[in-house]
Amino acid sequence: MMETRTDWGRREPPLEGSNFELYGWFFMRISGLLLVLLAVTHMFIMHVFNDTLNLDYEFVAARWDTPYWRTFDWLLLTLSLLHGTNGVRVVLHDNISDLSIRKLALGALYSTSLVFFILGTYVIVAFVRQA
Amino acid sequence: MDIELKILRYDPENDRKGHWEFYKVEADPDERILDLLHKVKWFEDGTLSFRRSCAHGVCGSDAMVINGENMLACQVLVKEVSNPIKIEPVRGLPVVKDLIVDMEPFMDSYKKVMPYLINDKDPGDRERLQSQEDVEKFEDTTKCILCAACTTSCPVFWTADSYIGPAAIVNAHRFVFDSRDEGSKQRLEILKDVNGAFRCRTAFNCTSACPKGIQVTKAIEDVKRETLLNN
Ligand code: HEM
Ligand code: SF4
Ligand code: FES
Repeated sequence: MMETRTDWGRREPPLEGSNFELYGWFFMRISGLLLVLLAVTHMFIMHVFNDTLNLDYEFVAARWDTPYWRTFDWLLLTLSLLHGTNGVRVVLHDNISDLSIRKLALGALYSTSLVFFILGTYVIVAFVRQA
Repeated sequence: MDIELKILRYDPENDRKGHWEFYKVEADPDERILDLLHKVKWFEDGTLSFRRSCAHGVCGSDAMVINGENMLACQVLVKEVSNPIKIEPVRGLPVVKDLIVDMEPFMDSYKKVMPYLINDKDPGDRERLQSQEDVEKFEDTTKCILCAACTTSCPVFWTADSYIGPAAIVNAHRFVFDSRDEGSKQRLEILKDVNGAFRCRTAFNCTSACPKGIQVTKAIEDVKRETLLNN
């Protein structure tokens, strides 16, 4: 049972003019729509028509010979990272009320995402087929 | 029939935490949960505290958690819920005593959205006219009785007490979509804050909880879209 708190709900005045949450909300919908196309296509190619256990170097290298698949993979990487990171950001905001713990968790989230983004982008851009 | 009641009690003077108390009452299947609470209070244990006024689903004072769901005690019949019946105060607002919660934070959020008609223009010698289609845009949200069943059913509100909550957004909706009103810009400005409408995660608990059948989640989505398109 909660104790009676008289200070409860005395809220901060709204942050004038910030559209961040508005665009964040809109982005989740747009990126969600694009992810249906990208992620479902990705899943069918990698897990249905082919089998990840039997994929070899040649299969990946052949796909990345064309800039189209590199672009496709980079879009999938970037959109799912942004979408997933924003989704988890929202979950952390909702569930961690202690501000310093929340900052810590958000920091861990953002740095992990950044590392994945840099690694993924590096591989997609710098990949050169070995003879 | 014999009904077993399990009520979460809290006495601020003696309890550090809430505790369950059990009561047995005789009731007709067509009686309301509120009648059961009256039976306990009037004939068994006068210390039981709860709010009620109209007893007919109009004043909005007796929202409580009945068998795990937010309802108005005066609007639910004994035959509509399973026996034993478990009754708790609504969640997310501080408990004052037994089933009575402090509604002040809820009302603060309500006041924030300026829930009154804003229009400085002189309508002349007549009413401000409105077409039937204009009325339909916000008719649903005029039905709100401020019972707080929606806001206190919202999982975001439980953990993030700074969230303005569905009821405040419903009452903003009532004026934002009223063609006679001219305060929408200001209201949407307030609702696009981190703790405003975009805090909603579309859980739909509010829509299930509303005893007036208001499409609460839809009203919130209407407000989000309006903010995106006309902000
Ligand atoms: C396949 C197509 C996908 C669609 C259509 C989609 C759609 C959405 C939408 C619309 C939301 C916002 C919900 C709301 O605010 O009410 C959301 C939230 C979220 N998405 Fe996705 N998404 C997709 C894929 C993904 C992927 C691949 C990930 C992981 C990388 C992901 C992680 C998340 C997370 C963590 C949230 C936040 C959950 C929450 O707010 O409770 N989604 N998604
Ligand atoms: S929208 Fe429904 S549940 Fe919410 S306060 Fe109004 S009447 Fe109660
Ligand atoms: S007592 Fe008025 S709504 Fe239930």
